[in-house]
Amino acid sequence: MNRNIFISFGLHIFLVIITAMSLPFLAKKPIDLPPIISVELIQISDKTNIPFAPKAKKIIEKVKEKEKKLISEQAPPKKIKKQKPDAVPLPNEKIKKIKKIKDEKQNPEKVETEIKQISEFEKKELFDTNSIAALIDKSKTESAETNKKLDKVTQDQDKEMDFAGLTLSEEDALKAQIFGCWSIPLGLPFNEDLLVRIKLQLKPDGSIIKTEILDHARMNRPGQGFYKVLAESALRAIKLCQPLRVPSTGYERWKDMQLNFDAREMLEG
Amino acid sequence: MLLRYLFILLIIIPIKAFALIEVDITRGNLNPLPVAVSPLSIDNESKENFKKILKQEDLGSEISIVVENNLRQSGLFNPLDKNAFLQEPDVANLKPRFEDWNLIKAQALVTGKVTFVDEKLRVEFRLWDVLAGKEMMALAFTTVPSNWRRVGHIITDKVYERLTGEKGYFDTRIIYVSEEGPKTKRIKKLAIMDQDGFNNKYLTLGNELVLTPRFSPTNQMVTYLSYFRNLPRVYLLDIETGMQEVVGDFPGMTFAPRFSPDGKKIIMSFAKDGNSDIYTMDLENRIVERITNHPSIDTSPSYSPDGKQITFNSDRSGYQQIYVMDSNGKNVKRISFGNGLYGTPVWSPRGDLIAFTKLHKGKFYIGVMRTDGKGERLLTENFYQEAPSWSPNGRVLIFYRETKTNSKGEGFSAKLWSIDLTGYNEKMVETETDASDPSWSSLLSD
Repeated sequence: MNRNIFISFGLHIFLVIITAMSLPFLAKKPIDLPPIISVELIQISDKTNIPFAPKAKKIIEKVKEKEKKLISEQAPPKKIKKQKPDAVPLPNEKIKKIKKIKDEKQNPEKVETEIKQISEFEKKELFDTNSIAALIDKSKTESAETNKKLDKVTQDQDKEMDFAGLTLSEEDALKAQIFGCWSIPLGLPFNEDLLVRIKLQLKPDGSIIKTEILDHARMNRPGQGFYKVLAESALRAIKLCQPLRVPSTGYERWKDMQLNFDAREMLEG
Repeated sequence: MLLRYLFILLIIIPIKAFALIEVDITRGNLNPLPVAVSPLSIDNESKENFKKILKQEDLGSEISIVVENNLRQSGLFNPLDKNAFLQEPDVANLKPRFEDWNLIKAQALVTGKVTFVDEKLRVEFRLWDVLAGKEMMALAFTTVPSNWRRVGHIITDKVYERLTGEKGYFDTRIIYVSEEGPKTKRIKKLAIMDQDGFNNKYLTLGNELVLTPRFSPTNQMVTYLSYFRNLPRVYLLDIETGMQEVVGDFPGMTFAPRFSPDGKKIIMSFAKDGNSDIYTMDLENRIVERITNHPSIDTSPSYSPDGKQITFNSDRSGYQQIYVMDSNGKNVKRISFGNGLYGTPVWSPRGDLIAFTKLHKGKFYIGVMRTDGKGERLLTENFYQEAPSWSPNGRVLIFYRETKTNSKGEGFSAKLWSIDLTGYNEKMVETETDASDPSWSSLLSD
């Protein structure tokens, strides 16, 4: 009887020791975890009284001087555009007339008088051909964009120019400039509407007077927090790019402009 | 008649004259955003105090380095060289001279201040839009001094979210299997570290084989598989207390337990009567429910973030492919149709993608596809790599990669790697030992 009790007792002790040894958490200290961090908002004054650093001032002045020099060294783009229509084969009679005009375009002064003399009908033809030539030149494939541009005038028609949009090459130059400046925020939800429309007021040199986000109220709508990030990135792109590459003439037609930033194509692609 | 024409002209001319030019900008660049992270300013008294406690010469600088490294690792930011900064940290913190930061082409600026207050560390930081010349964010944190690296990670999360529009993933940890010794006799331990590789700790002693640790999406719990006397056991480990418990012994082969999105269930596959199917276990009442019932091998289940669907891999088509089904096991649909074998599907926390491992022509790929199987993209290719795990924001994947051994069986190593969804930002994650089976935690400070 006693023997059985001793054996049972011994086996129980053995079982307790084995259990204690096989459970790793008994021998281990709990992991020390950092306490919770409290967060509070702070405010700062809107304007600074910090004096302008003399070191920085010198560097800024140097950079500004450099930029001025660069701007003054730029050549006017007019001549290149006038040569574009020459490359287009024109099959019928109407086009013969236009060819004449183009031949005379070798002399820029004559072109002006020719344009003043042609009828409204001929003007329309001339515009179409120029646009087509520009299209071929740029190897454009998007039909929607092509249709839009067919109605636009060239830079040479001063009178019409004030009422029209930018030419293809002007628009391409501006787009290419902004493409390089716009860092698209990659965290945006690409299944949402990612269009930000910004209205600009420009100086003749292409620098910005004023920017206005047209759908500003959307920033404060619930679930549209990403729109603020997107709009800010677009504003940064505009500021980074300025002065914008605007045409050297026709200030009246582009002094107000609207840029439609759409990130969806990039984020989906 | 003349009056009528004049009237029409009066209407038409102003419309034409003021037609607003519209230009569509549909492209941008994906270059990293230039950011200046100024060293956080610190007064001499605080500096001395922190030097005594933390043995750090300049805590302000150290925190800014944590932020800078995090931003650089993300691949979305280009932190600028501190040697180019024109403004001192204490001045920059009050209100920066934006001309100075414009000069070095910074688009965003991080400044801040570190102080020692009541034995605690107080960190203020501000994020500035340099081009707009305005403040974007200002926050202050108070914590124990030893927490200084976490403060750096939290600051990075805030900056990242403000500039990219999505939550960050820097104040997170990674649990993985640490491996040591020759390939035929590996000692495997559970280990945990910050996402940047710091603060590494071992959670088990290495006496037993441990496999597939997985973080709970809701708290700091981990489930993993361990072999006790050659029997697979599923464990739950509470990272906060260090306590662990056995969820259950499962006969036959058991694979990859994983939490449901609400953390109340675990889903896994195990073999019963010689057939591997998918089961869930309710962690409150320990009731096991069978989800699939098919003579083929069904493994690697992973819930969608809303908990309504499950992705898993199965060889029911003859080859191992990825499937999606409802959480009750109905509406099973194959989604992978490419060449090769597909495995280890993991649903993104954003819900839009499924990450997977693919084996094709002797090479292993980590890739992603949409949840309907379309848009497959292979992000990286190697001799052997698998087990992708998502960062909590669904932007980055961490996985492990093994190297080939030579004819003598030498040269083997297993390392953790991360890659983002662009496929360009691929980086090795430093660990003390060899490492495999990583799992990314949710945000600690969320």
